[in-house]
Amino acid sequence: MNRRRVKAIAWKEIIQVWRDPRSLMVVLLMPLMQMALLGYGVNLDIKHVTICTFDREGSQESEALMKAFQASPYFDIVETEHDYDAVKRAIDRGRCKMAIVIPPDFSEDLAASNAASVQAILDATDDNTANIALGYAQSVVGSFSGTVQLSRTQSLGQEPPVAPAVAQYRVWFNEDLVSRDFIIPGVVALVLALVGSQLTSLTLSREWERGTMEVLVSTPVTRMELMAGKILPYFFIGLIDAALCLVIAVFWFEAPFRGTVATLFLTTSLYLIVVLGLGYFISASIRSQIGASQIALVATLLPTTLLSGFAFPIDQMPPIIQGITYLVPARYYFAILKAVFLKGSGLGDLIAPIALLALYAAIIGLLAARAFRKTLG
Amino acid sequence: MLGRIASLVLKEFLQLLRDPQARFRLVIPPLIQVIIFGYAATFEVYHVSTAVLDLDHSQESRELIARFADSRRFDIVETARTPADIRTAIDRSDAVVAIVIEAGFAEELRKGASAPAQVIVDGTNSNTALIALGYVGQIVSAYAQDMAQDLSRRLHPAQPPPPTVTLEQRPWYNPDYNSRWFFVPGVIATLTLVMVVNLTSFAIVREREVGTLEQIMVTPIRPLEFILGKTIPFFCVGLALTALIAGVGTLWFEIPFVGNPLVLLLGTSLYLLSVLGIGLLISTVCLTQQQAFATNFFVVNPAFILSGFSFPIFTMPVFMQWLSTINPMSYYLIVIRGTFLKGVGLSVLWPQMLALAALGVVLLAASVLRFRKSLD
Repeated sequence: MNRRRVKAIAWKEIIQVWRDPRSLMVVLLMPLMQMALLGYGVNLDIKHVTICTFDREGSQESEALMKAFQASPYFDIVETEHDYDAVKRAIDRGRCKMAIVIPPDFSEDLAASNAASVQAILDATDDNTANIALGYAQSVVGSFSGTVQLSRTQSLGQEPPVAPAVAQYRVWFNEDLVSRDFIIPGVVALVLALVGSQLTSLTLSREWERGTMEVLVSTPVTRMELMAGKILPYFFIGLIDAALCLVIAVFWFEAPFRGTVATLFLTTSLYLIVVLGLGYFISASIRSQIGASQIALVATLLPTTLLSGFAFPIDQMPPIIQGITYLVPARYYFAILKAVFLKGSGLGDLIAPIALLALYAAIIGLLAARAFRKTLG
Repeated sequence: MLGRIASLVLKEFLQLLRDPQARFRLVIPPLIQVIIFGYAATFEVYHVSTAVLDLDHSQESRELIARFADSRRFDIVETARTPADIRTAIDRSDAVVAIVIEAGFAEELRKGASAPAQVIVDGTNSNTALIALGYVGQIVSAYAQDMAQDLSRRLHPAQPPPPTVTLEQRPWYNPDYNSRWFFVPGVIATLTLVMVVNLTSFAIVREREVGTLEQIMVTPIRPLEFILGKTIPFFCVGLALTALIAGVGTLWFEIPFVGNPLVLLLGTSLYLLSVLGIGLLISTVCLTQQQAFATNFFVVNPAFILSGFSFPIFTMPVFMQWLSTINPMSYYLIVIRGTFLKGVGLSVLWPQMLALAALGVVLLAASVLRFRKSLD
């Protein structure tokens, strides 16, 4: 490989990006927009769920339970209904996501020492929100149940009941279960995939479209030199973007960062080679800029958001789809990012995903280098 | 006038359908997307890999572990021998949940003292962790209640058991909390937005780029006729896409459609007005297809994220909630889910329909005005 030729091509590429406002927009605006949109917009922390209540009894006990719901930060009681039709209307129209219905014999059941039950009607169209809201409602009712038991035994002069086998919960790595802390590292993977593949997808198709390919083919440059020269500048741009995203993630969104910068640097470099190689491969295969950038977008956006574990856990997918996720490089990088950010894992813990990412980089590099032929046919 | 529009519509359809590659792009990517969303997009939590460490080896501890093993929410993947094994299993993500029962668990239980079991959860994926914790809580509290009743029968045989309050769940519209029911109908809104905005903006920018726009303008066709001729075909494409995805959703994924198809048709038509308006507006500010491509991305992507398609709007910061009120997709998603799952009609959906109509008229009018200017 001739270093002078690689340098010449890399320099030309840098000048071209610098003069092309669209590329600059992709380099700067895209990461900022994605970080802001996903950092703020993707929030799975369910609080202030709007609920309505329908108290069919109106006893002291039923009111105490309603107060317990009112006191919970997870629920906002926005309406008090007096019949089932009103409950149905409130849920149909989406004004309330849950309705708590207390049956007319609630306090009687309690007095008779039976199991009294309360109904939670949920708008389950959004199954995840409904499921989480149900969990919170169950804990409100559970602690209410404990209070009732306590006051009952006290009034009977018995020993307070013990709750045997109470579980103690320990949440590791993301102690407060903040969804942003887990989303933000994923956004970095998404941004790098989008920006990296977009930029290199234009490199060869631009030469074809502008007719400069003939000139390029007539020079003594080899395939490897061409690829190195075309990818190198974008590698540094990618690193700058990665640093930009990481600074925003840690300092603006205050994502916990428990690993080392060195681990992050090494794995990010590997991942950049993969996405840049992918864009270059597309560019070598498709001769129009618009076609190449469209394919680069489709090839990165959907797999990186859906099949990398970024939003949806991979282990919940059917086996065939799980198999497909092994072909998505973001899967490995995202697993690494999550581990480095939240678990503070080092290189030793991450051998498997790093090895797979390296293998991926090698295969893509080889394919990309071979995809371009120095012919005009 | 009708003749001129008709011939333009025909030309546009021919251009769209003649090219095998274009036909392919019209049908295959949408199908792939519906299928991926149908299978991959799920927030449900089943078969959570679980490690257990039983240091008590009693009947009681085995009973508690058996309840986890019997639940389809948890799969016991590792029976650890030391606390260090548990640490490694969670560090390596072999297990997401770990249950640790210390020695003396059964003894404490029999004495009536509180016998804590420790549950460790990997919180990296906060949503999965939260839902898994809910299921752990259900299993443990059911176990605790059974043990408490046992205990009270043994200690105070004459007295009635202490009262309990339980919560019965009535999940309406989606009784099994099936994520697929939430996502697949929503794909209609995403795909029509992406495809129709792209098709519309590209169709006009391409004419401008290759210079045929000027040729058309010297024909007797008027700007409004030109716009109608350009938008009617893509309106039809939008309706066809809706039918395609609704068909795959109901027939393949067996998602219920309990509402009135005509309500969905009305909502889709109103939504398409906005979508076409966005496509036209983009075409008036872009000179090349490259620019149109980038602009589309910067418009469509925020619209998608701020629509409530996968992440609820009410959890977003107020500023973004405000932005979602001018996003046609957020209204259309309510219409789609309302007709598919809730089976509600216009008496419930009229505010969304009104909003869609208003946004559609404003966007279309703005684009027509701008478009006429850009021709002069």
